Amino acid sequence: MSIPTQLKYSKSHEWVKPEADGTVTIGITHHAQELLGDMVFIELPEVGRNLKQKEECAVAESVKAAADVYSPISGEVIAVNSPLVDEPGKINEDAYSSWLFKMKPSNVAELDGLMDAAAYTELVENEDH
Amino acid sequence: MLKMTPLNHVHRDMNAKMVDFGGWDMPLHYGSQLDEHHKVRQDVGMFDVSHMLSVDIRGPQVRDFLRHLVANNVDKLTLPGKALYSCMLTPQGGIIDDLIIYFLSETWFRIVVNAGTADKDVAWMIKQRDELAPHLEISPRRDLAMIAIQGPNARAKVWQVIPGSQSLTEELKQFQSAAVGQYFIARTGYTGEDGFEIILPAADAPVLWKALHDVGVSPAGLGARDTLRLEAGMNLYGQDMDETKHPLESGLAWTVDLKSERDFIGKQALLKMPATHHLVGLVLIDRGVLRSHQHVVGQKDGVEYQGEITSGGFSPTMNQSIALARVPVQIVIGDEVNVIVRDKQLRAKVVKYPFVRNGKALI
Repeated sequence: MSIPTQLKYSKSHEWVKPEADGTVTIGITHHAQELLGDMVFIELPEVGRNLKQKEECAVAESVKAAADVYSPISGEVIAVNSPLVDEPGKINEDAYSSWLFKMKPSNVAELDGLMDAAAYTELVENEDH
Repeated sequence: MLKMTPLNHVHRDMNAKMVDFGGWDMPLHYGSQLDEHHKVRQDVGMFDVSHMLSVDIRGPQVRDFLRHLVANNVDKLTLPGKALYSCMLTPQGGIIDDLIIYFLSETWFRIVVNAGTADKDVAWMIKQRDELAPHLEISPRRDLAMIAIQGPNARAKVWQVIPGSQSLTEELKQFQSAAVGQYFIARTGYTGEDGFEIILPAADAPVLWKALHDVGVSPAGLGARDTLRLEAGMNLYGQDMDETKHPLESGLAWTVDLKSERDFIGKQALLKMPATHHLVGLVLIDRGVLRSHQHVVGQKDGVEYQGEITSGGFSPTMNQSIALARVPVQIVIGDEVNVIVRDKQLRAKVVKYPFVRNGKALI
């Protein structure tokens, strides 16, 4: 599967979509779900929680393993994708539409520090070898 | 360099996700572990279990040797083809391995052992043989492969593919086996479903695998094998027991024969061992997933206790998390315990396992 070019990526395999209104939407990448296998449990952060960049904020568990989700940037959680909790398998079907939570960034400069699709593609390819 | 079964290239051709399983390059899944799990519960699936080792022991009075070697009583094996599940113990009562013994004749028994323990098992058997029965011949059969076909439609699919097998195997009860040409077919498995395990020459394995696939038997990987066996309440060596644990605290008292006068390795230790812990089933009440090594905590009659999950995971059939846990014997079925999952304590109910048998949840 190709890596969407309009998104930004973290080293810990979260994707970040900058929205027109200045907020960002966050999920885990296709590569991450592929490594984990069938997803069976999702725990989302609380709305209103203030997160620091790289802070543990959600949990994604598959049949195989539990993985922490780290906040790719600092900011406040303004929405979570609650229906996903009952259908974690949606992440396996389409990781890039199955968002986990939305944030209001507190330091927009952090977005520039994230990888673009080309850099993330390289990271994934290096991991595979 | 990882070890490979005779089906390794077949798995790769089928786009399996391969993993290092105790030094073996094995298929974890072929796309979706959940789909493979459901397929076995509802229809049929097949597993490459050729990493497990068949060990043939041949010679006069094999039975006498096995009476001493293993904790279950091989005298229960009266009809040729009959199989017996047993532990092989250290003198201290620790579990060297769990295995299945097939009685083929009074001069030939076959023992199927786990992959990860195969080398030490064979070394142990040879050591005992040298002391007690040097006339016996012990042959590890790496020339054989093993395919498990499991699910409600498993037997019918095997009959469709192996000519003449139906008449020779349809009367087999659970834990019985029969030879069909070069195939050794046993009505055994590790899923809680009906089915066969077939031991056959390594070179024939890819042909049988493809023939089964052609009649609609889906391949299933080690991932599904683990969730199926956990639902079926079957122990996994290295997780639910090992050499530091004895059978009575591992849910395996039913496989140990302490009543007969027969002496076996580990018996004296077991007779002296106080049973302080036992293995119970847990069903998670709160949301989350139980995993092995998580701590079980709580209070009973004002006394704090601790236990540990030995195998935990998500049950696809029950759509909730289940586990096997070793807890003090004071904790009994119906109790509620807490399990520490990351920074939280989640509630779980103590239940009698198996959790699932023949496609149906029992809890």
